[in-house]
Amino acid sequence: MAQPMRIRATMAGDVADVKVLMNHPMETGTRKDAKTGQLVPAHFIQEVTATVNGAPVLNANIGGAVSKNPYLGFKVKGPKAGDKVVVSWVDNKGDKNSAEATIG
Amino acid sequence: MNALRRNVLKGAAGAGAVAVAVAAGLLKPTQALAAWNKSAFEAKNVNDAMKGIGAASPSDSKDITIKAPDIAENGAVVPVEVTSGIAGITSIAILAEKNAQPLVGTFDLSGGAQGFISTRIKMGSTSLVRAVVNAGGKSYTAAKEVKVTIGGCGG
Repeated sequence: MAQPMRIRATMAGDVADVKVLMNHPMETGTRKDAKTGQLVPAHFIQEVTATVNGAPVLNANIGGAVSKNPYLGFKVKGPKAGDKVVVSWVDNKGDKNSAEATIG
Repeated sequence: MNALRRNVLKGAAGAGAVAVAVAAGLLKPTQALAAWNKSAFEAKNVNDAMKGIGAASPSDSKDITIKAPDIAENGAVVPVEVTSGIAGITSIAILAEKNAQPLVGTFDLSGGAQGFISTRIKMGSTSLVRAVVNAGGKSYTAAKEVKVTIGGCGG
């Protein structure tokens, strides 16, 4: 099962600043295991989606070139304090996870 | 007594979170996997990658700011921040030009999302980090060189 995510959303003026940390190995599929010399199979997040109060704001496609335990920050204009942000991801093996935060 | 109550509460909250995850997930997986732009991500050079994301010949823009270190000691974790004030922005893409697969990610913005993306990327060697912004049907680009002392793409 996927590891927990961390998410934080704060208002700065009329813009909500959302920061997300996802726990994921982000294997590119080109790295060799130091002990066995075998390639480590690719395992990375492919799609990240974010919604504010159910309305989509971000739809990201990412590859193995994003660092391990990906960090993602984005800004959304319009929401109010108390609105709900939900961020979810799906990886190349079909694993998924999501987290939600209340904008404060 | 108290400990039991804690556990019961924890259990309830946990189950709730899983249910939310499943509900959010159920709507997505097939759609998500089908949408992932395989050809663009597997492109071996910048031009092919840009073609793959529908930005074959973007024009240079001073309205895109890339914040990244001049020298990154560890190529496995290079913080990159892209900000753009271009009106009508619909997506931001990040590429590390000399990576074996240059496309790092594409970020489609909607519903009030600002022209801003902050993330951390892997870089195999010293190279230009390029941002491509799509706005109003046109593509704009800017690049910044990042020197990498230790590459972060395995091998």
